[in-house]
Amino acid sequence: MADAIKIFVPCDAAALSVGADEVADAIFQEAQSRNIEIDIVRNGSRGMLWLEPLVEVQTSKGRVAYGPVAPGDVAELFEAKFHEGGKHTLGYGLTEQIPYFAKQERLTFARCGVIDPLDLKAYEAHGGLKGLGNALKMNRADIVAQVTESGLRGRGGAGFPTGIKWKTAAEQNADQKYICCNADEGDSGTFADRMLMEGDPFCLIEGMVIAALAVGASEGYIYLRSEYPHAASTLRKAIALWEEAGLSGRNEDGSPRFNLHLRMGAGAYICGEESSMLESLEGKRGQVKVKPPIPAISGLFGKPTIVNNVLTLAAVTDILTKGAAHYKNFGMGRSRGTQAFQLAGDIARGGLVEKAFGVTLDELVNGFGGGTHTGKSIRTVQAGGPLGAYIPVSGFDVAMDYETLAQSGAMLGHGGIVVFNDSVDMARQARFAMEFCEIESCGKCTPCRIGATRGKETLDKIIAGEDRVDNLQILDDLCDLMTDASLCAMGGLTPMPVQSAVKHFPEDFWRAKGVS
Amino acid sequence: MTALINNLHHEGAREVCRAHNDRPDALLEILHETQKADGHLSDEALVTIADALNISRADIHGVVSFYHDYRREEPAQHQIQLCRAEACQAVGSEALAAHAEKKLDVATGEKTADNKIGLSAVYCLGNCALGPAAMIDGKLIGRMTPERLDVLIAKLMGAPS
Ligand SMILES: Cc1cc2nc3c(=O)[nH]c(=O)nc-3n(C[C@H](O)[C@H](O)[C@H](O)COP(=O)(O)O)c2cc1C
Ligand code: SF4
Ligand code: FES
Repeated sequence: MADAIKIFVPCDAAALSVGADEVADAIFQEAQSRNIEIDIVRNGSRGMLWLEPLVEVQTSKGRVAYGPVAPGDVAELFEAKFHEGGKHTLGYGLTEQIPYFAKQERLTFARCGVIDPLDLKAYEAHGGLKGLGNALKMNRADIVAQVTESGLRGRGGAGFPTGIKWKTAAEQNADQKYICCNADEGDSGTFADRMLMEGDPFCLIEGMVIAALAVGASEGYIYLRSEYPHAASTLRKAIALWEEAGLSGRNEDGSPRFNLHLRMGAGAYICGEESSMLESLEGKRGQVKVKPPIPAISGLFGKPTIVNNVLTLAAVTDILTKGAAHYKNFGMGRSRGTQAFQLAGDIARGGLVEKAFGVTLDELVNGFGGGTHTGKSIRTVQAGGPLGAYIPVSGFDVAMDYETLAQSGAMLGHGGIVVFNDSVDMARQARFAMEFCEIESCGKCTPCRIGATRGKETLDKIIAGEDRVDNLQILDDLCDLMTDASLCAMGGLTPMPVQSAVKHFPEDFWRAKGVS
Repeated sequence: MTALINNLHHEGAREVCRAHNDRPDALLEILHETQKADGHLSDEALVTIADALNISRADIHGVVSFYHDYRREEPAQHQIQLCRAEACQAVGSEALAAHAEKKLDVATGEKTADNKIGLSAVYCLGNCALGPAAMIDGKLIGRMTPERLDVLIAKLMGAPS
């Protein structure tokens, strides 16, 4: 008997949100009624989200893609012999030759969407566990040196060199150290952490175990936002499978030598800030703490702690697998390796683009993204999440790396790019930035706690047409104060979207009352 | 809260604490699990948890009020959460929310008079390329439209309680 035909239907939350489960059911039913033997694999997402649910069929030439598939398309797809790679209007040919995918440099996301996320054998067959194997043969200092040499910087937003952080933690003498993965991914327009955790969770776990070896930690936490129930369930299963396989080592009593816990957040954006996250992990209010001491010296429960973003730790797995030099070869200037850019908002081809640093914003938004989904023209993008700048179309030639963006008054953050069409009202967007800060401020310092409320009120007056000259001046002064005097980047960067909106789109702050 | 009454007890919450070895650092998990079982966090539950973990009632209140997920009031039977963050704003989440408020005759953050549906705002569901995003009774939905929302609301309204 011929082997069952492998058909891939993603189990990623984005794919599920547009009906992937229903499509998988329909394929199963239809195959049964036609007596065709198939094997449905629930993979992660390839990141071409506009094509979700993206169904792939394994053929002798490679995997062939069809999307977006609705349950109602399934009978027709079988008629067209899609299970043999047959032609159909939803067909895109070989998945890996779709230009959006082919033009990427997939390092961290190399396995995402390719394998069943909970299949350890497939993980290993696709290069998994090699990084850990290499790390186990090295001493601590050499692991840290690999990470340092790779040039890897934190992908959570601040871009701090990972090797330096690890070296500090490794040098501490302590009876207990912790590895904490920041999976709070609160920025609007970002979903890369989620995609990796749902599509290749072992890659993250492997990175955490390597970190534990590098600094001598025996305990780890993943702090996951509660808005990600799918990721939670995948991670829980992945941790159990990993530990059952003995991949975290074993103590004499059989318990894993690196004990990894999953902890859920509770709907607070500020808990993505590392000191707030550590407070939250201790079961407290997520109030930001004054630094120093830095977590690498005194973090969770007062012990040396590594806090790294999901993508930072996942990149470590790739770095230890292929060596620092391979990773460092990608990128430009002081931004080495690849960045997972996330195209969101009003975009025709939204999704995840992993590319070496240095790609321009225009290549991402218009090249990969194909302009807007609605067909309207683009007015601006917000890069780097709710604390990031609005960039006008005239600034789209900017190269996407930490330094170049900073020079142009913007930031990369966690790599989110949100596209707005020409119907956007930038005064409203500025007001929202202040409102978001008001809702999510931890309340510790006055410039942020009071400033955000005052900023929102001032923008209300501007929008209502009250004393605009004076109020714009007040707004500007307030922004400067928040930038200079806030304790953390929540209050400190909220002025970035506000002031960039005023700077690039002044006309929106002078609209006749009631006209938008 | 009726903190003056000292003999409040909630067996379910006590059990949850025990399952977490009465560890204070597990407080968020304990609150999540208790709320999942009860729908909200009652006075009885909070007092029981505070005693079990040996933390002050003031502290537990501080935590419960800090995080948006925790509820002190009984929720509606069904929850509609609409993403109101930037990427969804860019594809019409504000108009969608206004539509929902009108349809349900409630403001965001409230529940319908018959206690059937609660409407709330959420800031990013990680589905920003397929917005507007919504979560209905824990199910993530992408590319939401007013028409689809109407159909889903009608289903919830008709669902047996
Ligand atoms: C308001 C605020 C929110 C943040 N949210 C996140 C987040 O959701 N995820 C994350 O990894 N880092 C976030 N950060 C950055 C963290 O504080 C920290 O720099 C990061 O987790 C360190 O890991 P990395 O070096 O691997 O990036 C946030 C920072 C601030 C100020
Ligand atoms: S800037 Fe805002 S969020 Fe940050 S510590 Fe101050 S009050 Fe808290
Ligand atoms: S902004 Fe709505 S899902 Fe991310």
